[in-house]
Amino acid sequence: MAEGSSPLEQFVIRQWVPAEIGGVDVSFTNSAAFMVAAVVLASALMILSVRQRAMVPNRWQLLAELSYSFIAKMLSDTVGKEGRPYFPFVFTLFMFVLFGNFLGMLPYSFTFTSHLAVTFALAAFIFIAVTLIAVFKHGIKFFSFFLPHGVPIAMAPLLIPIEIISYLSRPVSLSVRLFANMMAGHTLLKVVAGFVVPLGIFGVVPVAGLVAVTALELLISFLQAYIFTILTCIYISDAVHLH
Amino acid sequence: MRGLPEMTEDTPQPPNEDLDSRLREARKRLGGEDDAPRHQRSQDMGTGIALAARIGTELVAAVAVAVGIGLLLDWWLETGPWFLITFIFLGAGAGMMNVYRVANRLGGTAGYRDQRPKRNGADPDGGEEK
Repeated sequence: MAEGSSPLEQFVIRQWVPAEIGGVDVSFTNSAAFMVAAVVLASALMILSVRQRAMVPNRWQLLAELSYSFIAKMLSDTVGKEGRPYFPFVFTLFMFVLFGNFLGMLPYSFTFTSHLAVTFALAAFIFIAVTLIAVFKHGIKFFSFFLPHGVPIAMAPLLIPIEIISYLSRPVSLSVRLFANMMAGHTLLKVVAGFVVPLGIFGVVPVAGLVAVTALELLISFLQAYIFTILTCIYISDAVHLH
Repeated sequence: MRGLPEMTEDTPQPPNEDLDSRLREARKRLGGEDDAPRHQRSQDMGTGIALAARIGTELVAAVAVAVGIGLLLDWWLETGPWFLITFIFLGAGAGMMNVYRVANRLGGTAGYRDQRPKRNGADPDGGEEK
């Protein structure tokens, strides 16, 4: 907050190590740095905390085991036992998004999940992967599901485009939801924080609001990571079961 | 979490074959519990907020995608605004269908339907659009 008065200042991408390969900008930015931090921290949590393999876990091991079984349960609830091969991917995705959201809650940090480029890249990858899984698993039968069965054939010209649009809207809604929630929440935090100093003694009112909004943001950080992950699970379930 | 409660008993270091047999048992349980309706169970576990947070974007995203397709087709085929107009309506239909599915918990996803037994010949989605 010290360096900028604009509430949108926090979303500016800064090049920390400028670099360019073949005309493509591949600079190491603050966004990339926080992605690396998220990966390193998530890996450290999982690797270091289960090192002891205690029968009675300490707090860190409990945290790691809880997050493991949380995702394992989510996956087996939505996909069933056919979903087990996808567990590493889903778990990594959840930890990455969750750490991105939570790291963004630290003062002076950067929230990479508040950028559409990042969330859409994730969502597009999921969308393409899930479509490929469905096509490889079910072959040409995959395309028959753009026409729900039991529909009179006269409705087909209307329903097939609608089903295709509805299918194509998956990555859009998946990415926009995460990015919009994170960006709106962080902007709100900064806007409310901007009132504190100018109001002088009455600044306690926005400070109280700030506490509440921060708590809400923590909830949303977790919730959005959860939604992102469970929708991925549901998409995988659709690809595996094709219904 | 289901496998964990047994682990909290007092025996500090049970012999290895005990652990192995319990692991096998747990794996069998994980593999065997697959018959119940999947989507229903997961969404009943107190995720009402998560469900609500999804509906708005589902509605908008479909329209946005449809407008994109319409503009692209118009630009490619040079057919005035006609594809755009058509696809706005189709997108609105798709958006409503998305919301309808999420709200009805028909698997909660766009593009597909799940086969719940209550479904008979009548097709709720097809009748919804027009």
